[in-house]
Amino acid sequence: MSDMPQVETTAAPPMGLLAELTHRCPLQCPYCSNPVELERRSDELDTAGWQRVLREAAALGVLQVHLSGGEPAARPDLVELVETCAQEGLYSNLITAGVSITPERLAALDAAGLDHVQLSFQGADDVVTEHVSGMRGAFDKKCAFAGEVSARGLPLTLNVVLHRANIHQVDDFIELALRLGAERLELAHAQYYGWALRNRGALMPKRADVMTALRTVEAAKERLKGRLAIDSVVPDYYAHFPKPCMNGWGQQTINVTPSGLGLPCHAAQTIPGLEFWNVREHGLSDIWYHSPAFNAFRGTDFLPETCQSCDRLDIDHGGCRCQAMMMTGDARQMDPVCQHSPWHEDIQTLTLEEAGRDEPFAYRRFAKTARPA
Amino acid sequence: MSKTLDDNAVVRLPRGVRMREDAARGGWVLLAPERIFQLDAIAHAIMIHVDGERTTSQIVDVLVVDYDAERRQIRHDVLALFHALIDRNVLEVIS
Repeated sequence: MSDMPQVETTAAPPMGLLAELTHRCPLQCPYCSNPVELERRSDELDTAGWQRVLREAAALGVLQVHLSGGEPAARPDLVELVETCAQEGLYSNLITAGVSITPERLAALDAAGLDHVQLSFQGADDVVTEHVSGMRGAFDKKCAFAGEVSARGLPLTLNVVLHRANIHQVDDFIELALRLGAERLELAHAQYYGWALRNRGALMPKRADVMTALRTVEAAKERLKGRLAIDSVVPDYYAHFPKPCMNGWGQQTINVTPSGLGLPCHAAQTIPGLEFWNVREHGLSDIWYHSPAFNAFRGTDFLPETCQSCDRLDIDHGGCRCQAMMMTGDARQMDPVCQHSPWHEDIQTLTLEEAGRDEPFAYRRFAKTARPA
Repeated sequence: MSKTLDDNAVVRLPRGVRMREDAARGGWVLLAPERIFQLDAIAHAIMIHVDGERTTSQIVDVLVVDYDAERRQIRHDVLALFHALIDRNVLEVIS
């Protein structure tokens, strides 16, 4: 983008790699963070391609790899990739729906050196899980998988995205985490990008329900200290200040998409004019330090004056670039959820409208126009 | 559920927590589920003796010799570190 200063800042090396191994997934969750335009199997990096990415990540300074998707287990080479992580000293975190990994495959992942499992739950019972995931029988499969993970002594985190269709189950999710032997529970309110943005009118919870959920979570955190660690991600449309998105653009994490694009975050492709580099043509280090997309919003110099003089600048770095783009048409604006943003009132109005809608889910699927991989 | 931390306690890193050198940024880190803890020089000097066999008191003894320091101070540092890590679920008392 020609009007943006392309200053090469001296960035620190990344700590984390989000490896989106595939966009294929047996679930169809309407809040999925993947882009609406999903990448197809035929475009995915091959095993050697991902192994090279993992080795380059380790050399670059990455410490933790989040094997994600889609459903990472849809890749037949998942065990090999975990092995590569272990060989490189990378901490491997498997982010899975837990509906397709057999006990034998889990044993192989364990033997390969898998460090941690993060298992998603869409509902705290069979009915809600099927409604949200679009998959019959998913709940029982997830519970069985959680049991196998715990039985192996692998540390387990349950991950729940909260929205209008399951926000009434916060207590049940906490009970479920305790029953399944999880050490951690992540309760993250939906973030409106990708499929979640398309489904915003079906997902946005009402303010009263959000407040009840927040109180429940805070009380549970205190009550369960030492038994279950609960991490919560607040619903930023209802907040006064933005989230410290990605802890800063191009500061800590690099995403690699199934086809090999290096992104500063999931949603970065929604910002027009950014040039992303692919691991097929560039080394990971080159992408991190020199690709135009990574350098576009490093630091905070591009933010408006209100941010420059704000005492929260070092806390939230002006929030999310993608949300600024989406709501204001300018990715250099402060995140519009901020109470100091001229667009803050618009967000409040929009949130109220969306929470009042009664829309059906647009389930996450590959587009019908082209033949699915 | 968890045993108490005292001079006779034996601690170890639980499954899912690993210590390694962080060459890119310098220093050592504890890698844990969804989190990374950067260890300062003192924390690292203590943690290299955590092997799931030695007691807190034995670790203190080693450090007193290695650093030629006052036992009271070392014991205080070791217990403070262990308490902090146990609170964050990245260290466990096994006996």
